[in-house]
Amino acid sequence: MNIFDVSFFAENFVALCRGIPLTLQLTLLSVTSGAVFAIVLASFRLSGNQVLDGLARGYIFVFRGTPLLVQLYIIYYGLSQFPELRKSFAWPFLREAYWCASLALCLNTAAYSAEIIRGGVIAVPLGQIEAAKAYGMGGLTLLRRIIAPQAFRLMLPAYSNELILVVKSTALASTITMMEVTGIAAKLISATYRPVEIFIAAGAIYLLLNFSITRLLRLLEYRLSRDRRPHQAATGEHA
Amino acid sequence: MSAYFDLMGFAGTGWGFDMLRATAVTLAVALAGFGVGAIFGMLSAAASLSPVSTLRHLADGYTTTLRGIPDLLVIYLFYFGGSTVITQLGHLFGAEGFVSAPVFLTGALAIGVVSGAYQAEVFRGAVLALSRGEIEAAKAYGMGPFLRFRRIILPQAARFAIPGLGNVWQLVLKESALISVVGLVELMRQAQIGAGSTRKPFTFFLTAGLLYLLISLVSGAAFRVAEARAMRGIRRAS
Repeated sequence: MNIFDVSFFAENFVALCRGIPLTLQLTLLSVTSGAVFAIVLASFRLSGNQVLDGLARGYIFVFRGTPLLVQLYIIYYGLSQFPELRKSFAWPFLREAYWCASLALCLNTAAYSAEIIRGGVIAVPLGQIEAAKAYGMGGLTLLRRIIAPQAFRLMLPAYSNELILVVKSTALASTITMMEVTGIAAKLISATYRPVEIFIAAGAIYLLLNFSITRLLRLLEYRLSRDRRPHQAATGEHA
Repeated sequence: MSAYFDLMGFAGTGWGFDMLRATAVTLAVALAGFGVGAIFGMLSAAASLSPVSTLRHLADGYTTTLRGIPDLLVIYLFYFGGSTVITQLGHLFGAEGFVSAPVFLTGALAIGVVSGAYQAEVFRGAVLALSRGEIEAAKAYGMGPFLRFRRIILPQAARFAIPGLGNVWQLVLKESALISVVGLVELMRQAQIGAGSTRKPFTFFLTAGLLYLLISLVSGAAFRVAEARAMRGIRRAS
């Protein structure tokens, strides 16, 4: 038996590609809902209100300090322990592995993203905010015109790391029966006992996904920082 | 509440001892993985700082790949890959059927290879944080590369690496939960066993979560102490 069989590799690569839509769905669903929740958490942290700040801190501490697998199992297996919940309106969702995985990923990424958003907001230079206030801007106008656009740009590099983590984390959904890329890979490996080809094929898919995401975000960052780009002549040497 | 302590306690049919033993296994496998990762990380950092471009590319490939692939896949690769090799070896000696690879060893190796990719970046940054003058001065004293590494680079880089290593350790600790999928009875797997036999999944997984939090709290404090000790001799602008 040779170590690497090309036709076996190609065959399984195609099979693994069928998992991509589910991997992407889980990623998109949890990233968008997680971002909304993260904005709420970040605004709690920045509110200056000790109770709200403490709540958000506690949440972030717990969700960053425990393995995602624990969070996933508490939601998928753990919640069934409560008969009240099993009779409630939420049960049709909490019974489904798909929604449980999305919920766990959303809650988890929200904790990490909240700190990234907070970092971006803090990094907006104070002078800018003072100038805006001197112009008479306040509240929402200040947020919309001055803080949000700059904070968004400043947090993009850290956020692209977080997106990669989410793509990688969707693999855990395979432990609760979801047939995304890793789920299919695990099934194929245990059926064929040829882990090398399948690992390389699945790994290549994840690398490709992550590479496209980082490229897209870098492009976005580049477009958003047009005003900060030094003139072409000035860059040259140091770039 | 008292029902909880009956279930998780140490008396009678309580699961306390099982959960504690599993916590020890989690710590052991995470420490082993972290140690393996330190070796891979140092080798990779050395390669990425070397003047040989092939070595630099290899190190770059290693860190990018391992940081971009789900850890679960790496664990499957090591477990099933190891088992395939061992099974074939076993057949040579007349064993029948499937021989499983030792889960502790494959788990620690898998986590080690992944965390090595993260540690490589930490070590690389730590070496780059050294001031050039120190290395030039060492060269001027006539120190060779090994003496220079041992006396000048290692003691200082180790100091700069502590905060980054603390982050990687937290990652490794959480990653170790994934080894439960290949059957190592660490904290996560023990919680599954308890949940299965008592039909109290929430209680068991919550307890496991609390134990992970406890480990990460204690080890976080340990890293802060280590950092404060290591930085005693360093002047910082503040």
